[in-house]
Amino acid sequence: MKYYDKLIFELSKPGRCGYSLPVSPWNTTADALPEGLRRTAAAELPEVSELDVVRHYTNLSNMNFGVDTGFYPLGSCTMKYNPKINEEMASLACFKDIHPLQPESTVQGVLELYYNLERSLSAITGMANFTLNPFAGAQGELTGLMVIRRYHELRGDMKRTKIIVPDSAHGTNPASAAVCGLDVVEVKSKPDGRIDIESLRPLLDDTIAGIMMTNPNTLGLFESEIKEIAKLVHDCGGLLYYDGANFNPLLGMVRPGDMGFDVLHLNLHKTFSTPHGGGGPGAGPVGVAAHLADCLPNPRVVLGADGKYQLLTSETSCGRVSGFMGNFGVLIRAYTYILSLGKENIRMAGPLAVLNANYIKESLKDCYKLPIDMTCMHEFVFDGLLDKSTGITTLDVAKRLLDYGFHAPTIYFPLLFHQAIMIEPTETESKETLDGFIEVMRRIAEEAIANPEELHSAPHNTPVRRLDETTAAKNPILTYRESLCKK
Amino acid sequence: MAFAYFPHTDADVNAMLARIGVGSLEELYADVPADVVYRKEYDLPSAMSEMEIRRCFEGLGRKNKPVTVMCGCGAYDHYQPAVIPALISRAEYLTAYTPYQAEISQGTLRYIFEYQSMIAELTGMECANASMYDGATAAAEAMMMAMAATRKKTRVLIADTLLPQVAEVVRTYAKYHGVVIGTVAHKDGNTDLADLKAQLEAGDVAGVLVPSINRFGIVEDLTGFADAVHAQKGLLMVYADPSALAVVRTPGEWGADVACGDGQTLGIPMSFGGPYVGFLACKKEHVRKLPGRIVGETTDVDGKRAFVLTLQAREQHIRREKANSNICSNQSLMALYVTIYLSLMGKQGLKEVCNQSYGAAHYLHDQLVATGLFAPVFDRPFLKEFVLKTTIPVEKLQQALLDGGFFGALATEEGYVSFAATERRTREEIDRMIDLIKSI
Amino acid sequence: MAKTIEGLYYSESHEWVRVEGEYGYVGITDHAQQAMGNIVYVDMPEEGDEVEKDSDFGAVESVKAASDLIAPISGEVVEVNEALADAPELINKDAYENWIIKVKLSDASELEDLMNAEDYAAFCENEH
Repeated sequence: MKYYDKLIFELSKPGRCGYSLPVSPWNTTADALPEGLRRTAAAELPEVSELDVVRHYTNLSNMNFGVDTGFYPLGSCTMKYNPKINEEMASLACFKDIHPLQPESTVQGVLELYYNLERSLSAITGMANFTLNPFAGAQGELTGLMVIRRYHELRGDMKRTKIIVPDSAHGTNPASAAVCGLDVVEVKSKPDGRIDIESLRPLLDDTIAGIMMTNPNTLGLFESEIKEIAKLVHDCGGLLYYDGANFNPLLGMVRPGDMGFDVLHLNLHKTFSTPHGGGGPGAGPVGVAAHLADCLPNPRVVLGADGKYQLLTSETSCGRVSGFMGNFGVLIRAYTYILSLGKENIRMAGPLAVLNANYIKESLKDCYKLPIDMTCMHEFVFDGLLDKSTGITTLDVAKRLLDYGFHAPTIYFPLLFHQAIMIEPTETESKETLDGFIEVMRRIAEEAIANPEELHSAPHNTPVRRLDETTAAKNPILTYRESLCKK
Repeated sequence: MAFAYFPHTDADVNAMLARIGVGSLEELYADVPADVVYRKEYDLPSAMSEMEIRRCFEGLGRKNKPVTVMCGCGAYDHYQPAVIPALISRAEYLTAYTPYQAEISQGTLRYIFEYQSMIAELTGMECANASMYDGATAAAEAMMMAMAATRKKTRVLIADTLLPQVAEVVRTYAKYHGVVIGTVAHKDGNTDLADLKAQLEAGDVAGVLVPSINRFGIVEDLTGFADAVHAQKGLLMVYADPSALAVVRTPGEWGADVACGDGQTLGIPMSFGGPYVGFLACKKEHVRKLPGRIVGETTDVDGKRAFVLTLQAREQHIRREKANSNICSNQSLMALYVTIYLSLMGKQGLKEVCNQSYGAAHYLHDQLVATGLFAPVFDRPFLKEFVLKTTIPVEKLQQALLDGGFFGALATEEGYVSFAATERRTREEIDRMIDLIKSI
Repeated sequence: MAKTIEGLYYSESHEWVRVEGEYGYVGITDHAQQAMGNIVYVDMPEEGDEVEKDSDFGAVESVKAASDLIAPISGEVVEVNEALADAPELINKDAYENWIIKVKLSDASELEDLMNAEDYAAFCENEH
């Protein structure tokens, strides 16, 4: 990676252009709009040549790390390989150039893909029906909670305004609940990080809309008492929500529908191999048990009696959560991946992910503190280095990994441990890659004793080094214009 | 059988199991109750090779009917320069995670900073976030911003002239978030200032959301709106088409506090509705209420200019249920489409896109009216989209167009028909559609 | 070692109150500012807002953490410390000099539930 210090605005020169449009065949222009409705000062957009643009964004890309560059042991993020055929299928003109409001008769291929992907996700998760409209995991959560609220509302049960969330949950769970107008009730974890049934029991009454669970949880442990939890929550009239952030280890092994979950969301950009794109777009399909199908958001894809696919809008729906039909381009990629897996390969996806995680855990637990020494699922958590005398923090370890060409693990989450290092390798990484990572992690543990200063000041070999985040937050400079003013 | 995405050989698996100290992969699932392990065959097709997948998708593609798009209603057929797909497909962008590790994510962080700068320029706002899912959800987030910024108020007013799908998403979020939505009527196709003032009089209004260009294609005159809303200590939020902002008065110029909308018009394919990118911009005083990722400029320990995700303490992973929004991801890659598009088009190119769209749409409008089968509904200025009344039964008209390979004449709830034309539409295409209509 | 000041009232959520007549100045303790690290933003209520004992009235933010401000006493906010809007780091410099809100106490008996300096110091000691 090479440091490159330009912003596109700094390449700008009046009169240069990077576009190629036909000579206008029309004898009018937007200058004919009434003056009061026209913009007065022009937007300060860059004026650069096409090659300027190509070089600039190529140079910028060289300061980025990606799955194609190297290994991402990033806990709860499931950074698996993003197959190239997925990209090619998503860029086919027969899908790319379709207007979202085109009549159903002209988009039967598109709707068939929606329908087949929904059916496939149902087969994989054991949920009866799906919506593919939510744009991301967080929006899937919000949609799932809307479905739960709508379900209670349709039954005239208006008292259920509380949702139970374990203290180990991702922050998104309580945030989604709050956006959805639900009050969050936290349930404590046992020392091993699993839900404490005895703490849960007294919370359950007729004001509980449901419980949000991540299984395996954020420590990578399977909630083995899930069926008992499901029974308790259902007995009080609540519903079970499954946060699919950690679904990957169960892929091909266990179906949330069979554990008693009523609603779930999946992150297609995690479990189903669609690229993260530097933060998005993702997709967060929501699956429900049959009794909640009527509450799914509008519109839904259904197969008519005439064999034609249709878009259905219903009064019982929780509403509309997307301008159109979600991130179609992402759905194409996920469907491609499912076709590649097929009913055969899917069997190995979860188990190999679990194998990889346990292999790293067992190979490093003599130098990193393993607070819960059990078989994990797809990920596990270290609580910093085993030797606490060096003063080396989890942040130092993470930053040093960057020097060695690895992405950092997820750090300081879950909050249950002060020096949390959360590692998730995924099934697409080879033994050799894992061995390389293990070796570097061991070397860092040695450096912590022999040369701690090297770690405190890491990284050293990256395009930029540790950043002044305090000034960035205290006096935020958020645009180029603002940056110029400050100088 | 070996599979291209799983690198494990049998020897690897055995060596790894031995290190872990278990006898089989199944043993790793000992914590899972035996009766929830799925042992049946999955109801999925057999694994396909790349060649089989290609055939499968080509088959699906053939079931779609290609059409020439002559309408919009929230998604527009603008031209996408060749540079965009070439750069977007770089794996360093495509396969990167959210740029938490700033030291190895300066590429993503820099283009997002450029994106924020460009959105601020286009909208006339002081800052913008690193993007939202789409225009409709950006509008819903704007509504929640108004609620958070004004505290204790319970109502948000939305213009009747907003795109229907945007209004519907705002209403859905409002219902569950506990916001009461009121609708401001339009007068001759423009949101009615008198009705707005009357509704503001009732008090308790956190914000007002109006379109810059509305669902009739009309460029709205928002004179007096900001003063009226600010007099009641609410936020004025303007929903805009960012492409059009090269020529039409900006949310900033109208005195808005928040601007939102969909960036699809800036180089993103229509792709049946997504992925697009929502934008959300505001005055700096509201930046702490702005949801989602935000990138800021700073320096590293060696004094080099560097960029970083900032103001993170507002966000869900820290504030949990106290965050103003639950959004985690953004549409980063789609923001890159927009950034590259705007870099290529620049100051002049985007104006030229608007000028050519204006020319095509007005030619289409005049030709339709000249057939005698259509008549204007409103006498108001428009850019690239407009509605007409027609004497032809709407369904018959739509079907005739489809049969001729055109998608147009989308019906509004009032029964008007909506058309749009961008810089991609040629005189020949428009003339062909007019001939088709004349033959109905 | 975190500093305490005699004569102030302290809460278990690490706020302090300095009483002047019918008014109380509220801030966060030195212990709290040390735990937060560099403070980059203080989210404050508006003048005229009512705060209620044990309810949050704002938050202090560092780069990667946020901590709710919990009112140790009830009453009407009559003034907020505007200096913190531009210079939140003042709290790091001196947590007791830089109050956050001035409240007109609605129930002075609520002060009885709070700790004195000595008890608070012992409380912080035990929290570890």
